[in-house]
Amino acid sequence: MAGNNPNAKPMNLTLKVWRQRNRNSEGKIVEYQVKDISPEMSFLEMLDVLNEDLLLKGDEPVAFDHDCREGICGSCDLFINGRAHGPEKGTTTCQLHMRKFSDGDTITIEPWRANAFPVNRDLSVDRSAFDRIIQAGGYISVNTGGVPDGNEIPIPKNIADKAFEAATCISCGACVAACKNASAMLFVSAKISQLALLPQGQVERKTRVENMVAQMDKEGFGACTNIGQCAAECPVGISLENIALMNREFISAKATSENLA
Amino acid sequence: MNLDSKIPEGPLAEKWEKHKFNVKLVNPANKRKYDVIIVGTGLAGASAAASLAELGYNVKAFTYHDSPRRAHSIAAQGGINAAKNYQNDGDSVFRLFYDTIKGGDYRSREANVYRLAQVSVNIIDQCVAQGVPFAREYGGLLANRSFGGAQVSRTFYARGQTGQQLLLGAYSALSRQIAYGKVKMYTRSEMLELVVVDGKARGIVTRNLITGEIETHAAHAVVLATGGYGNVFYLSTNAKYCNVTAPWRAHKKGAYFANPCFTQIHPTCIPVSGDYQSKLTLMSESLRNDGRVWVPKTKEMAERLRGGQIRVADIPEEERDYFLERKYPSFGNLVPRDVASRNAKQACDEGRGVGSTGLAVYLDFADAIKREGVDKVSQKYGNLFAMYEKITAENPYELPMRIYPAVHYTMGGLWVDYNLMTSIPGLYATGECNFSDHGANRLGASALMQGLADGYFVIPYTIGDYLAQMPPTPVTTQHAAFKEAEEAVHARTQKLLSIKGTRTPNEFHKALGHIMWDHCGMSRNAEGLQFAKQEIQKLRREFWSDLKLTGTNEELNQMLEIAGRVADFLELGELMVDDALNRKESCGGHFREEYQTPENEALRDDENFAYVAAWEWTGDNQPETLHKEELQFENVKLTQRSYK
Ligand SMILES: Cc1cc2nc3c(=O)[nH]c(=O)nc-3n(C[C@H](O)[C@H](O)[C@H](O)COP(=O)(O)OP(=O)(O)OC[C@H]3O[C@@H](n4cnc5c(N)ncnc54)[C@H](O)[C@@H]3O)c2cc1C
Ligand code: SF4
Ligand code: FES
Repeated sequence: MAGNNPNAKPMNLTLKVWRQRNRNSEGKIVEYQVKDISPEMSFLEMLDVLNEDLLLKGDEPVAFDHDCREGICGSCDLFINGRAHGPEKGTTTCQLHMRKFSDGDTITIEPWRANAFPVNRDLSVDRSAFDRIIQAGGYISVNTGGVPDGNEIPIPKNIADKAFEAATCISCGACVAACKNASAMLFVSAKISQLALLPQGQVERKTRVENMVAQMDKEGFGACTNIGQCAAECPVGISLENIALMNREFISAKATSENLA
Repeated sequence: MNLDSKIPEGPLAEKWEKHKFNVKLVNPANKRKYDVIIVGTGLAGASAAASLAELGYNVKAFTYHDSPRRAHSIAAQGGINAAKNYQNDGDSVFRLFYDTIKGGDYRSREANVYRLAQVSVNIIDQCVAQGVPFAREYGGLLANRSFGGAQVSRTFYARGQTGQQLLLGAYSALSRQIAYGKVKMYTRSEMLELVVVDGKARGIVTRNLITGEIETHAAHAVVLATGGYGNVFYLSTNAKYCNVTAPWRAHKKGAYFANPCFTQIHPTCIPVSGDYQSKLTLMSESLRNDGRVWVPKTKEMAERLRGGQIRVADIPEEERDYFLERKYPSFGNLVPRDVASRNAKQACDEGRGVGSTGLAVYLDFADAIKREGVDKVSQKYGNLFAMYEKITAENPYELPMRIYPAVHYTMGGLWVDYNLMTSIPGLYATGECNFSDHGANRLGASALMQGLADGYFVIPYTIGDYLAQMPPTPVTTQHAAFKEAEEAVHARTQKLLSIKGTRTPNEFHKALGHIMWDHCGMSRNAEGLQFAKQEIQKLRREFWSDLKLTGTNEELNQMLEIAGRVADFLELGELMVDDALNRKESCGGHFREEYQTPENEALRDDENFAYVAAWEWTGDNQPETLHKEELQFENVKLTQRSYK
């Protein structure tokens, strides 16, 4: 049953899916057929269909991460036909719909590929490196209670809007997956910019950028060579300007380093 | 056991201050000798974990997500309420309290709700200090908008992603404590059992979702902040993983479950389009500020529309029924959720629904666009419109949105006293996981407020009162109760894996969802509920004899995870039905067809049902025991809710 498009015809597709038992095992592409896929389905609903089929046949379903299925939690992370989150611009995997594909298509589905994102199983990867980068300084050090009234910190609307734009990053890791160097610069710079723009973020501005960049390097992400593939594939449109801002922040912090340790 | 709500004495406005003064304190040097387990790192859990760690306690926090930043709280769109009265439009702590009590149809505790309204103002300050980018006016001050069930503008928001921004604030505070070593964070780690030692909560058993390893963890107190159970309906606006397992395991160890049948059906969701559908998407309630809800006046017109003989644009103004504006002139499209949902259902039941299934009503922005222009409308709702278009392939700037009610939130949850402690000493429940503040219906933008109130401003005080009463001696997992609980988890997992039947966990989940939606959803009656009870029992038997799984425990096995959660939903579902049968009145989200006013509004029975129904587990396949906490109203007068 099609919701609003009575002419939508079901599709048959060939899927080439990366299967890998666990972090230490070898993986390979395995081919599956799925039938009667409605164009109204989301991409993940199509994978649900595959998984129900596999389970009923006594095979092991394909592991993949997802949760909100609304494009906000950043869990879903598929590399579809060589593109992070698939062919549609500004869209997470869970918001991609099968109407973007045609009957008879072959679709290749792989996990994010990066040394810093080891595979848990099949299409699920470990992105805890992002958490550790935030732990290195992606916060403002205030304890609960004892803070000023919200309106005592007025923030010009244009600055607030800019900080908000940077804050919309959903930590999906598509920027890393899309980059041939597997650099995490776009993700890290989004957080740096948000906090560097806001008055609340000024006190720790310098230590923050130094510590976060140091952690990023430690996690094994690659260097940025300004190709911009990250921003092109980012589902929420985090801009390259953030990387430029972060580079300036970093240079100025290094020049007057407050990190004595 | 006696249900003692522990509401402090004294006038409403002074209870919390007094209570904070009276609670016992843990000496600062001793705090580090107490361990606290927090299960769940959404808004309620992350805020509690960060705040308790800042105070000096040792915190162990658990989430089944790969990162605390992915909790379901992230999906909240519309906003968070606070009685700041920044708009000078007559808001106050008392008004927020009053609106919440009334919105909840007089089925919540005055003292809890008043405290919630009091601390709401601190939440905004806290979040701003953390760098949460709330919407601002040109003068640089915080902006507000209005939400259903209120006539003042008290909702703070961050475009359409308030939940993500608030959660990132709490997550950043939590991350800081992880870096300091005050919080030990366990991700992809699912709590499958509560450990009770000598009648007190002393720890949990978890499964590492990547390796399958079963672990035990001990602490002086345990906090559950594991969210709501709306996914018992299979289709809901909740994230796919949301489930009831943690509170349900605690329930089976003695924690009472309160008002399980109080479920919120949200009026503005994208309608179901097919059986493959895996979840429903909410369109924020804030849209009702500018969108007008309507259906064709007549069934005939609606039929022609559904059949494609006419288009929306062909329906003249006088043939459109803006039913909320017509029936509720003073609140109009901004009536509370339960009222809006029920009216949409009624219009569709009358055959006046739109869309190919007839299970939808229009939410129309044409007037707002005419009045304010496309730019202004897109500034306010751009991302919601884009999301709608992505899912439906229709452009809401040109065609009215099609919406239908969907399960969204569960007001019921673990019973807690004023200190947020459950009926098991040392076990606390916060956020959507408890039943506390929303009565029979939650107002928009109040769940984020409650989760953060509990975590930042309530539990840090109340948990100290409990801990101060025990010596700061180390706790271990040596006690036999840990071994027992661990073995129970192993046995259950093996049982699930060894059934080797023919139906998948999702099939059972869908079947349960259908039963719940048809008979324990937007409207309920005794006959349907009795039928549902039998169907659920039957389905549960089939589950335990015909479930199909593959793989083992010792690996990432997502179907096994789902199976365990569905098993618990199959028990909870029956309790919801029992609770709905017991409550022979209509109130808020609980609409019993037998109890309605001549105008089809919910008919409460305050004489017999002004109580919290707290259910006690008595054993597998045994009826649960009902305990009643009578609600005392000293500061508001119980009236028939009217939004006319
Ligand atoms: C689409 C949508 C929009 C919403 N919009 C709004 C809004 O605008 N305003 C508003 O006020 N409210 C809104 N709500 C409601 C609100 O978002 C939720 O009620 C609230 O965020 C719940 O927060 P929580 O911290 O209690 O639980 P959650 O955010 O659900 O967090 C639960 C946590 O518990 C963990 N967990 C659960 N079980 C286990 C287990 N067994 N073991 C280990 N970890 C476990 C999870 O991993 C997660 O970390 C919305 C809800 C939905 C569905
Ligand atoms: S910057 Fe964009 S692509 Fe990278 S993690 Fe954030 S949202 Fe994903
Ligand atoms: S599943 Fe949450 S962003 Fe895709």
